[in-house]
Amino acid sequence: MTVSLEVAGLVVDLPGRDGPVRVVDEVSFDIAPATTVGLIGESGSGKTMTANAVIDLLPDGARTGGALRWQGEDLLQVSASRRRRVRGHEIAMIFQDPLAALNPTQTVGRQVGEILRRAGRPSDEVRRRVLELLDRTGIPEPATRSRNYPHEFSGGMRQRAMIALALAGSPALLLADEPTTALDVTVQARILRLLRDIQEDEGLAMLLVSHDLRVVNHVAHQVVVMYAGRVAERGPTAALLSKPAHPYTRALVDSVPAVRTRTALAHPLPGTPATPANRPSGCAFHPRCPIARELCRTEQPAVREVGAGRWTACHFAEELVG
Amino acid sequence: MLEVRDLDVSFGRARRRFKAVDGVSLTVGPDETLGLVGESGSGKTTVARVVVGLVKPDSGDVLFDGKPLGPVGRRPASLQRAVQMVFQDPRSSLNPRMTVSAVIDEAWRTHPESAPTGDRTAGLHQLLDDVGLDATVARHRAGELSGGQCQRVSIARALAVKPRLLVCDEAVSALDVSVQSQILRLLVDLQQRHHLSMLFISHDLGVVHQIADRIAVMRRGVLVEEGVATDVLSDPQHEYTRSLLDAALELTKES
Repeated sequence: MTVSLEVAGLVVDLPGRDGPVRVVDEVSFDIAPATTVGLIGESGSGKTMTANAVIDLLPDGARTGGALRWQGEDLLQVSASRRRRVRGHEIAMIFQDPLAALNPTQTVGRQVGEILRRAGRPSDEVRRRVLELLDRTGIPEPATRSRNYPHEFSGGMRQRAMIALALAGSPALLLADEPTTALDVTVQARILRLLRDIQEDEGLAMLLVSHDLRVVNHVAHQVVVMYAGRVAERGPTAALLSKPAHPYTRALVDSVPAVRTRTALAHPLPGTPATPANRPSGCAFHPRCPIARELCRTEQPAVREVGAGRWTACHFAEELVG
Repeated sequence: MLEVRDLDVSFGRARRRFKAVDGVSLTVGPDETLGLVGESGSGKTTVARVVVGLVKPDSGDVLFDGKPLGPVGRRPASLQRAVQMVFQDPRSSLNPRMTVSAVIDEAWRTHPESAPTGDRTAGLHQLLDDVGLDATVARHRAGELSGGQCQRVSIARALAVKPRLLVCDEAVSALDVSVQSQILRLLVDLQQRHHLSMLFISHDLGVVHQIADRIAVMRRGVLVEEGVATDVLSDPQHEYTRSLLDAALELTKES
């Protein structure tokens, strides 16, 4: 299998009051071309930091380790100018809040075309491509709407404009951080369908960061579950969600209610999500885990293979997958 | 118990005036949970704000035990106490510099008749225990607490004045998934223990289905469908409810 992006033992340390905090701790996974990987986690899980490391948007003072192999080169080692060249062109990002990510003082068309203009393309070509992109992302009457400002767009249309902007540089990898969290369900369904269509048509690789298992289930081929800065488990979406190999994933799956039928309230996990600054010993999940033993308190489980493409960081995964 | 009749609410002036709520009627009975669902702009939050008295309606009646509620300020203290609200974002609904004990104390000062008669500290600890918080949390400032803890404090503050109706506006939406199910379970437990009625507002149909007895669906200020929760969600009658259900994602594998 060819790999588009290989995240290998990624480490991110952020400066904290009492010394550096390891917010991403030895995270590894691959994204193959033309596939979507869903990155699931709660607050403090490190999911957004992992995506930010890929697109080089880590906060000042962050230190990285491991490797981000992108088409043969390690993005953590290349020069700053090469990283800038990758960002926006080869790897693009869609953010949760398009109103904050788009420039309120420029028309949508101008922003979508910016990367092309900077690349020195002639203005009639830029204009044609902008209209094409707006049309591709489902914005009606592109010629008129391209002259609108972001605030004149609805939430869903803004998200479409941001997708158009991300596609303008013809990226090979699209990062999407909670792209539909701020949207209504009917709009969310349409945006997810659009992302899935684009991903399939263009053969894009996509990393979808979300806290919502339902969203990830809907679009991702592979899932990576993170907890307190580490990978809890990863594997193919259907297998992972139907038979989790980590008690944390299991609890997340159990907490998702059905819509058309009444689901009993799940037995909630005790406590709150562990944070990297306050990470328990051994397996970070052990204080909340229903099957934790002494070993879990003392020894951090390595991520190991427990089936075809199934990787887990649980000492007792066999009890879950059988 | 709670009865809303022909509620009209509009915002803005003159040509910019628009109707946020248009002729909505609904009821919440004793011990009952009514789920109010709809997308942004449907007017569901405005209905909640009228019920707790934060928004003055253009017309319509809001009655509690047959007595008009009226806006906060003109609402009789006993009725004000009876209807309490839990907001979406627990961090912004609590003063981050106030200690948990001060937050609860303020509620008791506002409604002295609900304050414990004897030892206030014992009453405070009992209340915190009720919402699943350790007594040591009382000394902490709200700003030091996690999102889930903050929401528990908000619920404790609402419970402190012994309400009969709890209005929850997206009360679990901003919480982490694993914390969401804790708070849902807490709300359902408290409802049973204290015989509370609930007006539970959410955009998440699955969550509403778990805890509501009846469901009302709003769209653009109008109530389009209302009925027993399982009926509405398994066999919707209105086209809009159907479109909401079609858009809702399920975890069970689809093609």
